[in-house]
Amino acid sequence: MTREQFRPDDHPHDHFLLTTVVGSYPKPKWLHRARDLWNDEDSKFDDESFDEAKDDASRLITNEHERAGIDVVVDGEMRRNEMVEYFAHRIDGCECNGPVKVWGHNYFDKPSVVDDISYGEEWLVSEYEFTSDVSQRPVKVPITGPYTLASWSFNEVYEDEETAAYEFADLVNEEVEQLVDAGARYIQIDEPALATTPDDHAIVGECLERIVDGIPEDVRVGLHVCYGDYSRIYPDILEFPVDEFDVELCNGDYEQLDVFKETEFTKDLALGVVDVHDKEVESVEEIKANIKKGLEVVPPEQLTVSPDCGLKLLPREAAFQKMDNLVTAAREIEADLDAGEIEYGEAPVPADD
Amino acid sequence: MTQYVATSPGLYPLPDWSKEQLQDLKGNQREDLIDGTESQEIESVYAEVREELIARQQEAELDRIVEGQGRWDDFIAHPLAVHDSVETRGIVRYYNNNNFYREPVVTDELTFDGDVAAELDKASDHVGAGLQGVLPGPYSLADLATDDYYGDEDEFLAAIAEFLAGELDAFEGVETVFLLEPSLVENPFENDRGEQVSTAVDTVASATDADVVVFPYWGALEEHVYAHLLDADFEALGFDLIADHDSNVYNAQEYGTTDDVALGIVDGKNTLVEDAETVRERIEWFEGQTPSEEYGTVYATANVELSYLPVSKFEQKLDALGEATRQEVVA
Repeated sequence: MTREQFRPDDHPHDHFLLTTVVGSYPKPKWLHRARDLWNDEDSKFDDESFDEAKDDASRLITNEHERAGIDVVVDGEMRRNEMVEYFAHRIDGCECNGPVKVWGHNYFDKPSVVDDISYGEEWLVSEYEFTSDVSQRPVKVPITGPYTLASWSFNEVYEDEETAAYEFADLVNEEVEQLVDAGARYIQIDEPALATTPDDHAIVGECLERIVDGIPEDVRVGLHVCYGDYSRIYPDILEFPVDEFDVELCNGDYEQLDVFKETEFTKDLALGVVDVHDKEVESVEEIKANIKKGLEVVPPEQLTVSPDCGLKLLPREAAFQKMDNLVTAAREIEADLDAGEIEYGEAPVPADD
Repeated sequence: MTQYVATSPGLYPLPDWSKEQLQDLKGNQREDLIDGTESQEIESVYAEVREELIARQQEAELDRIVEGQGRWDDFIAHPLAVHDSVETRGIVRYYNNNNFYREPVVTDELTFDGDVAAELDKASDHVGAGLQGVLPGPYSLADLATDDYYGDEDEFLAAIAEFLAGELDAFEGVETVFLLEPSLVENPFENDRGEQVSTAVDTVASATDADVVVFPYWGALEEHVYAHLLDADFEALGFDLIADHDSNVYNAQEYGTTDDVALGIVDGKNTLVEDAETVRERIEWFEGQTPSEEYGTVYATANVELSYLPVSKFEQKLDALGEATRQEVVA
């Protein structure tokens, strides 16, 4: 298994519920201000100053994860402006033509694929190296998945979205190889677009085959899919070549939990135990109850504990408190497990004849 | 001789300068979106948006000019989203897109509102000829909404149709009206509801003397939907030839068409800009494939609302439509 390498040397319990996050985190207000200044042609705020601001933010937010006690940390994606556009700017063959509406007055610079795509500028290696340097803990690297990159771009070139997704997958594979060479051992592929079109899960599966091609087995690969009808993709996703599935269930009050009980969950389950769309901070007790939901699906050695999704839309204080309570809850559950005070596992729901 | 008319289904992207201004003035959350009671300051931004969107269509030499629907935060659910008898709740996915609108829940009787007619009235100050109204069709609007008042599917559809008929009746000086009906493709009715749906379309279409275009999109209609729709009385049926040209042509071959047709031949969901030549070829292809009689009017249009595009590409698409119909189409 790939998870033991992330157990801290001074871990206080025999049981180990790996705690981590999905990726994004609220940016400090001054970082937004710095970006505005950098974008302002009249300002003297240059590339060097903006890079320094991003380094500072990355250092600060990585530390915030460490202070909360998260086992595998990230830098909160301080350098990334958006989850598709960030990558499109680094891929030759993509261009951005301006913002498009998502809903209300929320927009993103939806890229256009205008030529055969190829690896352009470096994506995440320096982000990973910096975060690793400033952290004592192992670092996870979230990457927007190829299916989402293809779905959330205009495709002017390829025959269809599937073809485009495979082209993006080959680039993601190239990036993961470089990250692994740089020392990364925990990669998370984010595929939110799969929630829109669950029938395309086979395409995502093929993309993942391409992504892990040539990647050593001890590298932990997770897949994050959020806000969808999981019954449309489970149990098919168990065939995917990944170690872990990261799902969002807290927001829906675990209504979909039973979906994962009908067939034995043979991968690791990264369970969302705090809601990222509610700024009310869950108590430690509430989170412990949520973690126990996960133990209905998998045993402790297969359970990872994380928020539902990226924390970036929350007020920063709420984001921190949620992580802090999440870690406390996980450690308390571990102690209870060590003491034999929690029984886990549940007879699988019999399948309908 | 066929008349070729360049137009669009409306719902344009906001000019980039206004995106930020409106975000600042209105806010970013669900409750900050349009409810029909916007402040003077916000109204004046929309007035400027309207003027700019109209001027751009005139520059592209479109034959029909829409208001642009800059205020339609909730896409084609807008006429309900601003209605007093409707509560807007959580944001829900807009068809099969990475776009969202507020779920409109009808909680009381749908009386006359006049929001869209008022927009058109303001637009008419800037339009000499060829003003075009845009409304959701009754089937799609009922499909996008939740009924918490009428209690019966058919009664709700009929109430939505009556409401839209009232709104349409208040349109002044429009030459053409597009009734956008994507739900007829995306969520087709069962065969036994055909009569109710065609009656609902009739109710709306008969509320105006303007030419009515019923415009389904995101693909082709299922055969029973197509057949029932043709039972209603309106001037032109739309065909989304971008999403599915083969099935659309099949329907036309098999069941005939209205005398006028609206052809979605410019892709509103892709930044690849068609040149005028391509647009003309697509029109000719449809004409060549379908029964040989000559169409009265062929509306050349984008296949879907245009707010999916960045502004620069949207403008180039309008230009392509305008140019394609300026030159004679060789049949």
